[in-house]
Amino acid sequence: MTDMSAGSAAIPRAKKNSILVASDNMRRRNAAEARFKIYGLAAIAVSMVTLAFMLVTILNDGLSSFKQARYSFPVSLTAAVLDPSGDRNRDEMAKVTTVGYAKVLIAAFKAEIEARGISTEGLSDKDVSDMVSKDAPGELRATVLANPALVGTSIDGSILAIGRVDGFIKGRVTMETAVRDGNVSPEQLQLAERLIEAGILTSPFNWDFITNSDASDQRPEAAGLGVALIGSAYMMLIVLITCVPVGVAASIYLEEFAPKNRWTDLIEVNISNLAAVPSIVFGILGLAVFINFMGLPQSSSLVGALVISLMTLPTIIIATRSAIRAVPPSIRDAALGVGASKMQMVFHHVLPLAMPGILTGTILGLATALGETAPLLLIGMVAFVDEYPSASLGGILDPATALPVQVYGWAQRADPAFIERSNGAIIILLIFLVIMNVAAILLRRRFERRW
Amino acid sequence: MSVTFLLGLLIVLGVAAFFLARMRALSSAGGSVRKLHSLPGYYGWHGFLMVALPGLTALVLWLIIQPMVIEARISATLPEALVIDAAARELTMGEVRRVAGGLDAVVASGALSTTDSNKIDTTSTNVRDLLKNAGVALGADVTPEVLKAAQAYRGMAGWGAVGRSFLALVVALAGLAYAIKVTNPDFRARNRVEFVVLGLLIVASSIAILTTVGIVFSMLNETIKFFGQYPIGAFFFGLTWSPNFRGDSDFGLLPLLWGTLYITFVSMVVAVPIGLFSAIYLAEYASKSTRNWLKPLIEVIAGIPTVVFGIFALVTVGPFLRDYFAQPLGLGDSGSSVMTAGIVIGILNIPFISSLSDDIINAVPQSMRDGSLGLGATKSETVRRVVLPAALPGIVGAILIGVSRAIGETMIVVMGAGAAAKLSLNPFEAMTTMTVKIVGQLTGDTDFAAPETLVAFALGMTLFVITLGLNVIALVVVRRYKEQYE
Repeated sequence: MTDMSAGSAAIPRAKKNSILVASDNMRRRNAAEARFKIYGLAAIAVSMVTLAFMLVTILNDGLSSFKQARYSFPVSLTAAVLDPSGDRNRDEMAKVTTVGYAKVLIAAFKAEIEARGISTEGLSDKDVSDMVSKDAPGELRATVLANPALVGTSIDGSILAIGRVDGFIKGRVTMETAVRDGNVSPEQLQLAERLIEAGILTSPFNWDFITNSDASDQRPEAAGLGVALIGSAYMMLIVLITCVPVGVAASIYLEEFAPKNRWTDLIEVNISNLAAVPSIVFGILGLAVFINFMGLPQSSSLVGALVISLMTLPTIIIATRSAIRAVPPSIRDAALGVGASKMQMVFHHVLPLAMPGILTGTILGLATALGETAPLLLIGMVAFVDEYPSASLGGILDPATALPVQVYGWAQRADPAFIERSNGAIIILLIFLVIMNVAAILLRRRFERRW
Repeated sequence: MSVTFLLGLLIVLGVAAFFLARMRALSSAGGSVRKLHSLPGYYGWHGFLMVALPGLTALVLWLIIQPMVIEARISATLPEALVIDAAARELTMGEVRRVAGGLDAVVASGALSTTDSNKIDTTSTNVRDLLKNAGVALGADVTPEVLKAAQAYRGMAGWGAVGRSFLALVVALAGLAYAIKVTNPDFRARNRVEFVVLGLLIVASSIAILTTVGIVFSMLNETIKFFGQYPIGAFFFGLTWSPNFRGDSDFGLLPLLWGTLYITFVSMVVAVPIGLFSAIYLAEYASKSTRNWLKPLIEVIAGIPTVVFGIFALVTVGPFLRDYFAQPLGLGDSGSSVMTAGIVIGILNIPFISSLSDDIINAVPQSMRDGSLGLGATKSETVRRVVLPAALPGIVGAILIGVSRAIGETMIVVMGAGAAAKLSLNPFEAMTTMTVKIVGQLTGDTDFAAPETLVAFALGMTLFVITLGLNVIALVVVRRYKEQYE
C-alpha cells in the first residue's frame, strides 16, 4: 500500500486534459472567438448608429422648416394708397409697387401693437417695422391684385415675420446671439415674446415652404421648394420616357438576340464600366455635348434629365437583364414550339413575365436618379431660379433646379436659417425616396414568382 | 409648317398607313386571315414603319444639313474682314442668327410685315431699337452687312422650311404608296417588321458605347486644347494650384491628387474594417432571419443621396471634429477637413464594401469551412485562416471599387473638404480634391477658351482614367476569383 501510494506520489500528475474543463489554450481560443463575433456586431452597430444619428440630426434640424413664424393682425387696405385712381382697375393698381403695400402693412402692424397696448420701449419705428419680412408686402400685393375688390376693406392678414424672429421661436436665435447680430436686437426679440403672449405671433404650418420659389439671401423666411419640386418632377418624367424604353430594348437585345461576338463583348464591358464612372464625369459630358455642342439651354430640366438618363441607363439595363434571365427557358421553348417567332416569344411571353422585375429595377434606378446632384451643378442647375418653369411642353427648356441641388444651394448660404431649409428639403427628398423604395419592395413581394 | 406640326402630320399619316395597309391585306386575301403570310396587324405595322421611318429620316437629315448649308452660303457673302478666322466667323454668324431671330420676333409681334422686314436697312431704321421692342436685346448696333446677311438668312431659312416639309411629306407618301403596293397575301410583313424592330434594339444597345465615346471625346478635345495652352509636364508634376482668372495661373495637379488620395485613404480606414466585419458577421454568424432584415438596413445607407451626407459632413461631423479634436489638439480650426470628408465618405462606402464582400465570402465553398471546422478550428479561426485567404482576391477587388468610388465622390468633398489646394500631412486641415476643382472651375461664368476653364476637362480626363483603371483591375480580379470556385 505504502509502495503504491509512494509510487503514485512520485509520478508527477500529468496535466489533465478533460473535455469537461476548458484548458487555458481553449479558453484563449474561445475568448478570441467571442471577441471576433463582437467585432462583427460592433461593426454593424457602428453603421446602424451612424445612420440613425444622421437621420435624427436631419429631422431635428429640418422639421422646424415646416413651421413658420407669422403675425396675424387685421390689415386695412387703404384705397388712397393702393388704388390712387379709385376705379379698382387691375392694370392701374399694378402700378403701385411693394413700397406702397409695405407702408400699409407697417401702419397696420403698428396700429395693432398700439391697440393691444403692447409696449415697444427701446425700439425705434424702424426697429418695429424691420420685424416684418421684406417679402410680406409682395405677398400682400399678390393677394390684392388677385382680388381688387379687397381694396378699401380690412382683411385678416397672416404676415411673414423675419427669419430671425422665426429662429427665435425655434430656438436657433437667442438673446445672447442677438447681442452680436446686426440683423436683430434683444429688444426686438423681447417685443416678439410679448407678441407671442398676445397671440399675434404664431407658427402655423408652412405651406409656402413647399410651394414658394427660392428667395434671396436676405429672406430665408420666404424661400421654398416649388421650383425644385417642379424641376425634379420634369426630370424624372423625361428620364422615365427616355431611359426605360432604351434600357429595356438594349437588355432584350443583349439577353435574347445578341450573338456572342466582339461587338457584344464591347457593349457588355461598356455597360459595366459606365455604371462605375463617377457622376461628375457625366456632368462634364452634359456640359460639353448637350450645352456647348448642341446648344440646349443651360439649367434646363431637359439637359439635366438627359445627363441623368445616361447615368441611370446602366442601372436599368443591369436590372432588366437579370429580370429577363430569371424567366425560365421552358417558357421560351413552349412559345417557339407552338410556332411563335423569336420576336413574338420575347414580346408576348418573356417581357410580360419579366415586367415586375423590370418595374422594380426602374423604380430603384429612378430613386437613385432623384438624389443625383453633382452632374447637375455643372450644367448650371445651381443658379438662382425664382420663376416657375412653364407648365407647357416648352417648360422643359426653362431654367429650373432640382431638389438635391436646392439642398446644396441652401447649404452654401451664409444665414443659418438656410441650413434649416436645407434639412427640410432633405426630409422631403427622403420621403420621396422612401415611397419609391417601399413601392419597389411591395411590387417585388406582390409579383415575385419562383419557377 | 413648324417641326412639331410636321411631326404630328407624319404620325397621323403613319396611323392612316397602318389601317390602309391592314385593310388592303385583308381584302387581298378575301377577308380570310388564314391565307395571309403574317397576321394582319403586321401588314399595318409595315405600313406605319414605311411612312414614319423615311419621313423621320428625311426630316432629321434636313434639320442637320440645312444650318450647315445656310451658314456656308451666308458666310461666303460676308466681307472678308468679318470672317477672317474661325473665331471671327463664329462671332459674326452668331450676330447674324440673333438679328434674324430678332426680325422673326418683330414680324411675329406685328410691328413689321414680312415684306417690310426684308426691305429695311440700317440707314433708315434703327434696327437695334426695333429688335429691343420685340424683346431681343443686342450688344451692339447692327451693321449693314450683318442686317443684309440676316435678311438673306431668313429668306433661306424660310425656303428651307418649305423644302423640309415638302421633302418629308413626299418621302412619307412614297413610303405609303410602296407599302400599299407590296401588300398581298404572300408578302412577308412579319419578317420585315421584326427586322426593323431588331435594328431598333441594336441601336438602343449601342447607346452605351455612344455614351462612352461621348465622354472620351468631349473631354479629349478640350483636354488637348488645354495642353496647347499649358505645358503637360507642369500640369502633372506642378506643386502649386492657383488659378487666376486674369491669366498667369498655375495648374499643378499634385496638391489636388494628394488631397484626393489622402481623403480616400481616410475613408478606406473607416470603411474597410467596418464593412468587412459587417460582411463576416452577416455571412458567417448571423441567422438567416437576422440577415434578412440586417442586410437591407445596411444597404439603406447606399440609397441615401450623397448630398445628404454632404450636409451631415458640413453641419454635424465637421464642427464636431473641429471642437473636440482639432482645436484641443492644436491642429487647426477648420470645420472642413480631410478627416471630415474622409470619415463621411467612409460611412457612405460601408454598404458597398460590406455587400460586395458578403457576396464574395458566400461564394467560398462550404466544403472548405467544413474541413476547417472538422479539424477542430473555431469559427473565427476558420474565417481568419481559411475563408478570408480564399476570398482575399475578391475582397481586394471590392476594396478597389470602393477606392474608385471615393476618388470620384463629389458632393461630400465639395461640402466637407474645403477648397484650399495644399500639400500637408495634417488631417484636420482643409484640403481639396480633383472633383471639387472640376465643380469650382465649371460653375458660374465660364469662358471655354481660357485655360482656367479647360483645366477642368483635363482634371475630368485624369479622374476618368484613374477610376476606369481601378474598375477594370477590380473587375478582372473579381472575375478571376469567381471562376476559381465555379
